[in-house]
Amino acid sequence: MAGRRALILFLGPALAAIGVFFFVPVLAALVLSFTDFDIYALGNIDYARFVGFRNYAHLLADPLFWKAFRNTLEFLLIGGPLSIAVSLAAAMMIQSKLVRFKGFFRTAYFAPVVTTLVAVAVVWRFVYHPRFGILNYLLSLVGIGGIDWLGDPRWAMPAIIVMAVWKNFGYNMVIFIAGLQNIPAELYEAASIDGAGRLAQLRTITFPLLAPTTVYISILTMIGYFQLFSEPYVMTQGGPLNSTLSVVLLMYQQGFRWWNMGYSAALAFVLFAFIAAGSLVQSLVQKRWEAS
Amino acid sequence: MTCRSNTRRVLAVLAAMCGLIAGCGTQDDGRTHITFWAFGAEGEHVAKLIPAFTGQNPDIDVRVQFIPWNAAHEKLLTAFAGGSLPDMWQLGNTWIPEFTQLGAIEDLTPWTARSQEIRDSSYFPGIWDTNVIDSLLYGIPWYVDTRVMFYRSDLLAEAGISRPPATWQEWFDCSARLKKRFPGEYANFFSTNNEWAPPVILGLQMGSPLLKERNTLGDFSGPQFTAAMHAFCRFFKSGWAPVRTAQIVSVYQAFAEGFFAMYITGPWYIGEFNSRLPDSLKGSWMTAPLPGPDSGIGVSLAGGSSLVIGRTSKHKEAAWRLIEYLSRPDVQLDFYRLTGNLPARVETWRDSALAGNPRVKAFFAQLAHVRATPKVPEWEQIAQKVREYAELITMDQYSVEDGLKALDREVNLILEKRRWLLRGR
Repeated sequence: MAGRRALILFLGPALAAIGVFFFVPVLAALVLSFTDFDIYALGNIDYARFVGFRNYAHLLADPLFWKAFRNTLEFLLIGGPLSIAVSLAAAMMIQSKLVRFKGFFRTAYFAPVVTTLVAVAVVWRFVYHPRFGILNYLLSLVGIGGIDWLGDPRWAMPAIIVMAVWKNFGYNMVIFIAGLQNIPAELYEAASIDGAGRLAQLRTITFPLLAPTTVYISILTMIGYFQLFSEPYVMTQGGPLNSTLSVVLLMYQQGFRWWNMGYSAALAFVLFAFIAAGSLVQSLVQKRWEAS
Repeated sequence: MTCRSNTRRVLAVLAAMCGLIAGCGTQDDGRTHITFWAFGAEGEHVAKLIPAFTGQNPDIDVRVQFIPWNAAHEKLLTAFAGGSLPDMWQLGNTWIPEFTQLGAIEDLTPWTARSQEIRDSSYFPGIWDTNVIDSLLYGIPWYVDTRVMFYRSDLLAEAGISRPPATWQEWFDCSARLKKRFPGEYANFFSTNNEWAPPVILGLQMGSPLLKERNTLGDFSGPQFTAAMHAFCRFFKSGWAPVRTAQIVSVYQAFAEGFFAMYITGPWYIGEFNSRLPDSLKGSWMTAPLPGPDSGIGVSLAGGSSLVIGRTSKHKEAAWRLIEYLSRPDVQLDFYRLTGNLPARVETWRDSALAGNPRVKAFFAQLAHVRATPKVPEWEQIAQKVREYAELITMDQYSVEDGLKALDREVNLILEKRRWLLRGR
């Protein structure tokens, strides 16, 4: 009995805080998603109506939502693996015995993660500038000319992906470094005595032993990349021709620009469902892989 | 609804805490403290006009807060939801219906009735009207804004055209001749990727109401707007205006290079062109009122910003005195000199700073021919849809008829709530 009281005493404050600041808002948002809460309702709550699943129905019939969804998926499926590959490569480079000044490189690669996005965006807008940008200058040296990176609907998303990968790979790199350090050095020694080359070592030791880290990182990256928002918000505002409109940016526009809170809340729950489904698939794949 | 009352309680606690902090910060010096939000360049410059006001009104202290234009709408709505709107603020006049509907702004009709300084006869009627909702006045015009045609007089002369087009037919002919003279360039530029004004203006010129049945349904597939959209498309189909607008990085540079010769835009471009165009072009551009479909000046948008007072403000009297001060012709003139924003008071225009500037003249003529966009809270959202579909139509993703039908469907969806509210009353 005393144990239970202690339990309540210790857990109570934390649970209360989570309840007030997490569960209540989430529940409120769920209720909101079944109403047509909008600018009229903001002025007078009587003008809000319960509309059942109408927001969800509109959403699934809205070409703009599917456009945003496709854009987000493109970002996720290209940017996610790319970012993981770059992180892994950077981690292995830094862990390599041949590299000196490890601390310096680790800090340098991690610096973009902690830099304010707005500052990063200003710099990258210069990099991407079609006439004065360094990227187009470098391309012009090899005879490729005049790509309007952020103004052309075909190139805006690739440009955002490259910037996001550059900005974020340092975080995963640090986790990979930790994973690499956990691999006992004896394994490599034993392998090289047995005559395994560098590639064979990579294939049979590094990759299998890094698998749990990779799964963890890929789930984390997927969840993060699904919520793409700040990069297009500061760089392109979703344009040109909605080519960089992401689901979260659409949610923000609907919610705070037009104050269609009901619709926006429905969008949030649809996104939640997609992220939950994605995480589930990934963890199932991992379980099957571990069982085999 | 327990969650709502819970939220309210949390908000109340937070508000009380903010109040405590704010209470500690302000020293009670007997003066009335008012807060004033202004946007963009206006916000940067208006602070310079305040010391003269507080000099004459030592009992009032004004805190000007600057907010960037692209965050203004979100910021105001969020402030309304959180109950933290300032005492007075600047409001784009197309946003007035929305904030009136919310009950966020004070009815200024009785205030003007008592005022010595502000009366409707000293303002442009078309602009004054945008502040009137159901015959009540909610804002005092601060500066006016409309769209006119900016053109390169040297390029037109080279193509054998002596004066800017006055009718649509002349506009088409003029465009064709420019294209013939300069095949690699364009006659016009419409920024379809971020501006809704040009197609809407052409629609208004054709007499389209834009919305119909007490503004509850879209009328974009109606005959007037359809005709206007066909005319708009003609510029793109004939190669008189670039379809891919993203290739223009700097409008100033493109205008200087002669990439296009005619551009419909607002008064702030006078200042921008003056400071950004090379010296060799200083005398090569001019402004003209918009061409109309038949003869005479075509209508343009009744734009601009007004000053409004928060309905829940505790310092309305002080805020009103600041509005009266900012509306004085001499202060309006100072404001014009600081920002280039055109004064809302007609008397101000007699000053040589404005009357002596030939490029400003077109605006004065145009301001007698302006029309307001539909006064519904949803207008901003609808205007974005118009832009989106106009872009798709000019890019040939839709035919004019199909595109406008699809536009009406989207607009009707946006207006569903309005139909329900009006039916209920």
